[in-house]
Amino acid sequence: MKPSPPALSASRQTAFTRRWTSWAFAGVALLATAFGVAALILLLFVVMRDGIGGLSWDFLTSFPSRKPELAGAKAAIMGTLWVMSFTALFSIPIGVGAAIYLEEFAPKSWFTRLIEMNISTLAGVPSVVYGLLGLAVFVFGMNLGPSIIAAAATLTLLILPIIIVAAREGLRSVPYSMREAAMALGATRWQAVWHQVLPAGMPAVLTGVILAMGRAIGETAPLIAIGAFTSVFFTPTSPTDSFTVLPIQIFSWISRPLRGFQENASAGIVVLLIVLLLLNSVAVALRHVYARRRRW
Amino acid sequence: MGIVAVLLIEAIPFFGDVSVISFLTGTKWAPLFADKSFGALPLLSATALIAGMALAVAFPLGLLTAIYLSEYAPDVVRSTVKPALEVLAGIPTVVYGFFAISFISPNIVRPLFDSETIFTALAASLAMGIMLIPMVVSLSEDAMRSVPSALREGAYALGANRFQVSVRVVVPAALSGIVAAGLLALARAVGETMIVTIAAGGVPNLSANPLEAMQAMTAYIMEVAMGDTPRGTVEYRSIFAIGMLLFVFTLGLNLVARGFIAKFREVYE
Repeated sequence: MKPSPPALSASRQTAFTRRWTSWAFAGVALLATAFGVAALILLLFVVMRDGIGGLSWDFLTSFPSRKPELAGAKAAIMGTLWVMSFTALFSIPIGVGAAIYLEEFAPKSWFTRLIEMNISTLAGVPSVVYGLLGLAVFVFGMNLGPSIIAAAATLTLLILPIIIVAAREGLRSVPYSMREAAMALGATRWQAVWHQVLPAGMPAVLTGVILAMGRAIGETAPLIAIGAFTSVFFTPTSPTDSFTVLPIQIFSWISRPLRGFQENASAGIVVLLIVLLLLNSVAVALRHVYARRRRW
Repeated sequence: MGIVAVLLIEAIPFFGDVSVISFLTGTKWAPLFADKSFGALPLLSATALIAGMALAVAFPLGLLTAIYLSEYAPDVVRSTVKPALEVLAGIPTVVYGFFAISFISPNIVRPLFDSETIFTALAASLAMGIMLIPMVVSLSEDAMRSVPSALREGAYALGANRFQVSVRVVVPAALSGIVAAGLLALARAVGETMIVTIAAGGVPNLSANPLEAMQAMTAYIMEVAMGDTPRGTVEYRSIFAIGMLLFVFTLGLNLVARGFIAKFREVYE
């Protein structure tokens, strides 16, 4: 009797199936990737389709209006500028300072570890919850009302963990030998940090700061939570004024049924995305400069 | 730390007016009616349904994308797709809300499922799913790339093909990192506010039907914040109670995820 070759044929079939599943899987994985990219393109397309038409000089320089064709984003743009300036003013010194302390000076103790754990936990808290915090502490607790300063303080809390983490990474990328060299020449620890480490790590630190600012510009929920959902028909003149920002203005246009307001919303989104794009390009450019200048 | 204190201070008086049990198990949420009722279940179920569906969209797509980018893609593709997905991650959430209501709802949900309203939980979760994809991709791709290449080479040497290496070696080796990616994405979905506020409608609704309008926890906070609710009223305190719940959920998810990441690092570093 001839020995039957089932083992061989089975393994051949397996080889065929194996090759087939491998190709099929590669196809599915590629499709999934393409889906993500297609979603991005579609999203940008949908926004641009209506947005570009609505975008004009009048749109940028008019106040909100009950008639969609007259409404503009001036108050929102100015509000965003005001809020972001104060957010930068609060968050950069505090964030970079905290990073310098934690990275260069803090002893390795349970207290430092507790702070570090706290910071990474804070990064996962939803932004509305920061809004509630701002509502209780800044708006009512300190009696600031839904003002620019309360908004900036709330956003500062929100982006501090991001800035601290990014700035620490930037400082950590500066080799330890630079600190040692400075101190060997008689510099104090602080002088070594201030004159050597910080300038060397600056581009990386700044990149983190800019990305954090980008996050803050797009935030809507925490500002609505502190009570900033109002129609504003003036440009703010002091940090205690009430305000509106671009994302809130966009949201308020979205929630109106009239067709024209939807177009305003898309135009507002285009403005917001352009601002974000500019910020991101600055961050990318910085990263380039940083990579080229790096001497270690 | 301050967050916990503030949430507690503002939320505790609320539980003086409404018992914890009726808050967590009540099925009727009607804070603005004359006959007030604070049962958070409709809000909780809406959040769970929307976040769950969003993850059901984002996790498989994100994981497959991550496998493709980490194991299959040529460098050119990876270096174009990754920044593109990062752009997706940087888009503000109001924009996703707008996308949900102006595109997904009228062009996908309504023709396919014949829904009655344009405010549906489904539209919100689809938009949220797209928003979560980059997060799942970058976290799980990081996990897969840090799997030592010796493991892959060993499997190839034994005659495995790419599919077998990816699915039977790399994914199991990176599993805890991938699970962490899913959990962090879920935490993000639970806390996401603008998409659900814009696209899911604002009606507290205890239902498992994704084609109905419902109000998620975060959307309720928005609703109260947009009205003129004086400080010290039950409505005002109720948003802190809801905020407290949100905080507890997201914190829990983050801690568990961090545990998974730590376990993963322990093995390979």
